[in-house]
Amino acid sequence: MTFLEVRDVEKYFGTNHVLKGITLDVDEHQVICLIGASGSGKSTLLRCINGLEAIQAGSITIDDLEVTQEESRLNFLRRYVGIVFQSFNLFPHKTVLENVTLAPRKVLMKSREEAEAIAEPWLTRIGLWEKRNDYPDRLSGGQQQRVAIARALSMQPKLLLLDEITSALDPELVGEVLTMVQELAAEGMTMLLATHEMGFARDCASSVVFLHQGVLLEQGTPDQIFTNPTCEPTQQFLKRVIEAKRI
Amino acid sequence: MNQIIGVEGGPTGPPSMRIHPRARLALGLSVLGCVPLLVLPGIAAFAVASDAERRIWASEGAYTGHDQIRTARRLARIGIGIGLATLVAFLIFTQRHGIGTVREVFFKPEFLRGSFPKVLKGFWLNVQIFFIAEALVLVWGLVLAIFRIAPGRLGAPLRWFATAYIDIVRGLPAILTIVLIGLGLPLVELPLFKDFTDFQFAILALTIVYGAYVAEVYRSGIEGVHWSQTAAARSLGLSYGQTMQHVIVPQAVRRIVPPLLNDWIGLQKDTALVNVLGTLEGFNLARNYNSNHSTLTATTVLGFCYVVVTIPLARLTDTLLKRDQRRTTGG
Ligand SMILES: Nc1ncnc2c1ncn2[C@@H]1O[C@H](COP(=O)(O)OP(=O)(O)OP(=O)(O)O)[C@@H](O)[C@H]1O
Ligand SMILES: [Mg+2]
Repeated sequence: MTFLEVRDVEKYFGTNHVLKGITLDVDEHQVICLIGASGSGKSTLLRCINGLEAIQAGSITIDDLEVTQEESRLNFLRRYVGIVFQSFNLFPHKTVLENVTLAPRKVLMKSREEAEAIAEPWLTRIGLWEKRNDYPDRLSGGQQQRVAIARALSMQPKLLLLDEITSALDPELVGEVLTMVQELAAEGMTMLLATHEMGFARDCASSVVFLHQGVLLEQGTPDQIFTNPTCEPTQQFLKRVIEAKRI
Repeated sequence: MNQIIGVEGGPTGPPSMRIHPRARLALGLSVLGCVPLLVLPGIAAFAVASDAERRIWASEGAYTGHDQIRTARRLARIGIGIGLATLVAFLIFTQRHGIGTVREVFFKPEFLRGSFPKVLKGFWLNVQIFFIAEALVLVWGLVLAIFRIAPGRLGAPLRWFATAYIDIVRGLPAILTIVLIGLGLPLVELPLFKDFTDFQFAILALTIVYGAYVAEVYRSGIEGVHWSQTAAARSLGLSYGQTMQHVIVPQAVRRIVPPLLNDWIGLQKDTALVNVLGTLEGFNLARNYNSNHSTLTATTVLGFCYVVVTIPLARLTDTLLKRDQRRTTGG
């Protein structure tokens, strides 16, 4: 069943045409990887889906509810759509536990105890329950990013948007975060993620989407995209990525 | 001498009598430095001279202009000597002849002792005005700041109001606003303000003035919190208000403590301005004492009271600033 419908979406920043007629479907339990060069519009697409940016034409529908800029609708939709950013964006003035419990308490109106009961399994799972009273600047990048994921999951989202969540991490920390995403995928979480980790996309994605200068150029199974890309830009992009990895 | 002219002339042109503009400045300053009592021009002449030297060398590509510079230096040294000597002489002279009057005007021990209790009583009123006004300013400033950045079409009137208010109040000299509020409002006989005492008007006026300044401090703090924090909070479903309350304002407050303390010091000092309302605070009590005893000693005492309060605040500000810097650069 289609959970997220993106239809002919156009997005401008001033005169900069960033998304050009993007159409994309995400079914429940699917993991869709967005790949494409820097500036191709991956982050922008994710931000539009959760209403952080307004679109100028087309429509985005989540579970039959259209995403508009109407305040109350956004607040409602965002309960079901989590997003994790490249730069973690943890709240620096709150402890790990407070970071994770803030939204359940303020948005879902849970009591502190209830919220902590939600947070505990997630923090235990990422091995950070012991560090629950530390502030984010005490954690490594990988730990911070896992807390950010736990923070998004604490709202029990139906759709998780991940924007290059390993790009700001040291290479040795990438693995621990990707493992967590892989586990979530195995558990059936619906995910749309922008990534530069081609190995990960190949292993985990149900479908890979290639964005080129704001156009959705090609979509297919990882096998199709990585072994038989049909479009010239896709081929070039993949070649560049593979060469960069070798160096 | 000969050597210099020779070099200045260069291999092709005639011997030039041109003086490099910087060297001329150095010479001028050093001459000025020879005026009795002046010391600074001489010191400046030294700095300009070495600067001129480097410039002349750079532009001529040769070791030239040295003579002018040497003259400037010599004159400057003489000038500093004369300046210091006359300064010392002047101090000795005033010590002999004028110091008695200085003491009479500013520091007469008898008046120091006599005025202290009165001035202190008045100053205590200033302290009260300060504390109450400061508490109100902190709240009113935050309200204004939040108005000022209110989002969307709904927030537009609030934004306009706050912008106009802040611009106007910050554009007016504080003393004007204080007079307009403190002397004007009582005449209008508005229901709420009718029964205000001048003490209360003083607090109201200062709150109105400083609210505008503190609002800008808050605003810069709020806008200084990176937008990604808003994105993170909103994406979790927090509303605009909740985001402000739980995520943005707590982070903003931390970083604005030092500039806020600066405004405290300003407010603390500006409590003296309410003397124009006739409030019997430090300034007015000191003035009364002074005119009864034809001295300024009471005002000196008042100045002492202010400094005793503001200097610790200033040091506290420095400490907090330093700690803030260490935190933001060190981690
Ligand atoms: N807030 C903004 N204001 C103006 N232009 C923006 C903004 N955000 C993104 N853009 C522009 O939109 C285009 C797409 O940017 P986007 O961040 O979506 O690319 P991306 O595919 O995520 O790239 P990267 O791999 O570097 O993250 C770029 O040209 C960028 O300059
Ligand atoms: Mg991006």
